[in-house]
Amino acid sequence: MNTLIFRTVAPFLTALMIVFSIFVLLRGHNEPGGGFIGGLIAASAFAIYGIAYGVAAVRRALWFHPLSIAGAGLMLAVVSGLISAFAGVPFMTGLWIYPHLFGVEVPLATVMSFDIGVYLVVVGSITSIALALEEKDDA
Amino acid sequence: MASPSSTPVDLSQAFVMAPPGLGEWLVILPPALMITAGALLMMMRHRVDRHGFIAIPALVALVLIDAALLLKVSTGGPVTMMMGRWLPPFGIAFTVDVLGALMALVSALAGLAAAIAALTDISDSGRRYGFFPFLMLLMAGVSGAFLTGDVFNLYVWFEVLLISSFGLLILGSEKQQIDGALKYAVLNLIGTTLFLISVGYLYAIFGTLNMADIALKAREISGAPLMTLSALFILAFGMKAAAFPVNFWLPASYHTPRITVSALFGGLLTKIGIYALLRVMVMLFPVQREELSFVLAVVAVLTMVLSGFGMLAQNDLRRMAGFAVILGIGNMLAGIATGTMVGLSGAVLYALHSILAMTALYLVIGRVKALTGSWTLSAGGGIYSVAPGFAFVSLALFLAVAGLPPFSGLWPKIMLVKASVDIGAWWLAAGILISGFLATIALGRTFLLAYWRPAAESPASKRATSNVTRPQQQDRLAAVAILGLAALIVLFGLFPEAPLSLSQQAATGLLDPQSYVRSVFPQGGAQ
Repeated sequence: MNTLIFRTVAPFLTALMIVFSIFVLLRGHNEPGGGFIGGLIAASAFAIYGIAYGVAAVRRALWFHPLSIAGAGLMLAVVSGLISAFAGVPFMTGLWIYPHLFGVEVPLATVMSFDIGVYLVVVGSITSIALALEEKDDA
Repeated sequence: MASPSSTPVDLSQAFVMAPPGLGEWLVILPPALMITAGALLMMMRHRVDRHGFIAIPALVALVLIDAALLLKVSTGGPVTMMMGRWLPPFGIAFTVDVLGALMALVSALAGLAAAIAALTDISDSGRRYGFFPFLMLLMAGVSGAFLTGDVFNLYVWFEVLLISSFGLLILGSEKQQIDGALKYAVLNLIGTTLFLISVGYLYAIFGTLNMADIALKAREISGAPLMTLSALFILAFGMKAAAFPVNFWLPASYHTPRITVSALFGGLLTKIGIYALLRVMVMLFPVQREELSFVLAVVAVLTMVLSGFGMLAQNDLRRMAGFAVILGIGNMLAGIATGTMVGLSGAVLYALHSILAMTALYLVIGRVKALTGSWTLSAGGGIYSVAPGFAFVSLALFLAVAGLPPFSGLWPKIMLVKASVDIGAWWLAAGILISGFLATIALGRTFLLAYWRPAAESPASKRATSNVTRPQQQDRLAAVAILGLAALIVLFGLFPEAPLSLSQQAATGLLDPQSYVRSVFPQGGAQ
């Protein structure tokens, strides 16, 4: 896919999709959305970037290897569950804190960090599959 | 959304209010630890030289945690932790009784032995493909399956270990491996799908997935199609365990991967099918198991006798070991078919013996290949003259696998034969003895041809003798793994009291799940 139009649009599209994926991830707590679907959107963003500029460009832009991202997500998800050990409640119990940032109450929870973990696992694994498939095309 | 400003609610309506003690945390720690270690290894996937330094301590920690857990449940009864503190039967329960803890501990030991052997057997390229991360996730799946108290959660752990096993199976991506992996993957996916269908059916009948809750309800329910459900479960778990008509995937795939991977698979995977059969058919549906016991017994006899002939027919040692795994499965099925106290504890004991013995058997075969340069009986020979110590350990192991005294295979076999005679099924007892006889011949022949027979004067054997004299530093780790497993097998054979009483405790827990249920529902009944 080497058309000028696509290559011009792809970076903007990728950036927009990644922002949207984070929006979907955070929205997922109480409304439709969440880590899994958000991760899929972000992975498709990287796939689009890869189609336009090639796999090497995506790998450079990601900095970390996709599988390392997935590993970090898995780690974050387990750690979110283990935090409850310090609060004297069973594994995976949702714990909340309510810090005030700029006068606004921001509820943060281990549920959310778990969901971010899911997001990273999905981004990492699906991106690594997509990149592997596109790489075969290049060869 | 919860918020400090919202009105207070009575949490005890939905939540477990008692704070969990350290003992309860032991229930969830094994899978959590393994997933953490796997994630860490994934994050440093390029530092393959450091993988062993994380994987081995993690597995040692797993063994220690499982040992502590076994100590706790064998003295204090089953332990339950509700995930996310939701009340049972709505939350996912992790419930551990003696059976689960025992299986988890022995699997962790086998996993540790395989990981030590893998330090030299798995090359850098195998590590870059992710051997150690896959191993950690496989152990997470195995531990999770043994420790969970929820049928759907059991399915999820099956998937975890299945997907990790796919990764391990194709490590190296050789043509033969892809061929074996395809058969393995397709048949196992069918088996897992059947399991999922059965779980859906189960939920439709009972409206609950919590095992303790099902155990209570299955004893009261009437008019439900429980026979159909049980038959489905037996088919699904039979496929996993490699029981006779649905076991062709095992000999077709277990000889293709690296020998350490075969050792892990032969030791662990099929036993999880047996564990699931014990848990679901004996603890949850005892009446239906009684009805289907004749079918189970026939399947058991066919599985073990035919795999005995399979062992005799093979020239490739790895394929022979594959049939040895299936032969053990037949013996465990015989125990499940009898359904008596003696039979069930025999099956549990056999499963423990088989986890250790099969892992060790594959590792020994790997050493045979390293010494003679060949996987086959026809080409090898002369090991006794170059490595008498190793030959001695191998002989002990072969005797244990065949079920001869004084090693670990003897005791479960005695119990299984006794249980079969007790219920009047002489043909089941005969099947156990005949299959043991066939295994003895096959393994005796292996010892005769590969160990005692002088190496043939061929270019291959010259290479072999030169192999023996090369620096052995890297072989030492495989020897440590084999010796460790052999020591356990000998100990287990000479001092069977502790494993015997534990397996009897496990069987009691299955036959009378009172204490299991009470650990989930302290008030003594479903809500």
